[in-house]
Amino acid sequence: MDCDGAIHRVYHYLDGEMTVWKRRAIKRHLDDCPPCAEGFDFEIEIRRVIAVSCSEEAPADLRRRIGEALGLE
Amino acid sequence: MADQADFAELAMPFMSGLYAAALRMTRNPADAEDLVQETYLRAYRGFKGFQAGTNLKAWLYKILTNTFINIYRAKKRRPQQETLDDVEDFYLYRRIGGLEAVDAERGPEAEVLDSIPEESVKQALEDLPEQFRMAVLLADVEGFSYKEIAEIMDVPIGTVMSRLHRGRKQLQTRLWDLAIERGLVPSGSTPADR
Repeated sequence: MDCDGAIHRVYHYLDGEMTVWKRRAIKRHLDDCPPCAEGFDFEIEIRRVIAVSCSEEAPADLRRRIGEALGLE
Repeated sequence: MADQADFAELAMPFMSGLYAAALRMTRNPADAEDLVQETYLRAYRGFKGFQAGTNLKAWLYKILTNTFINIYRAKKRRPQQETLDDVEDFYLYRRIGGLEAVDAERGPEAEVLDSIPEESVKQALEDLPEQFRMAVLLADVEGFSYKEIAEIMDVPIGTVMSRLHRGRKQLQTRLWDLAIERGLVPSGSTPADR
């Protein structure tokens, strides 16, 4: 596995959507190639930033309205 | 068969996640609240048909997605057939300083990411065309698998992968543009290939 091969599969790898064999091949490449390994870590970091930035708390008023509609109150 | 009496207890814990998704879909808090409320009402009415023990979270997101499409997309004349240009892999990493960086002098990569305000990240996601936005949202914010997203959006897994990968890369170009606009990276850093 070379750099291009590993980088091209970054999302499948991080999503856990590939065979164990291909996964191992990429893992071996990352162990030998710090720039690629850093790039993979950076992609994980982007995903963390997106998940954190886009999380929301449902407004209390909405929670109350739905609770009432479902007969919880 | 699921018992309607159990619905509230099982489904209420997903409300904040559903609201976050609804907000990114509708891009408007009032519409998002209506969408979530309608989702819960539809789910409650359809709960008898839900197979107990299967994936309740995915089922709720499927109802949310369908409700959004039925109510909000119906306002538009026709369904969008959207496309996105392919963007190179590691788009942001290359620009911020990794690999054979466009400008090798640029500094610690993660710091730039952390300095992007939450509002800009939300904006970048909301700027994506709908189909891509929903795929990225379901995967990266809600943590669904390709297979689950395929079921929620009612498209083949290959379509999910294509939308997800293109959407993520497009999102990186938006984040980069926003970082430049906000002066988070030197203004001379206009990407060479766009």
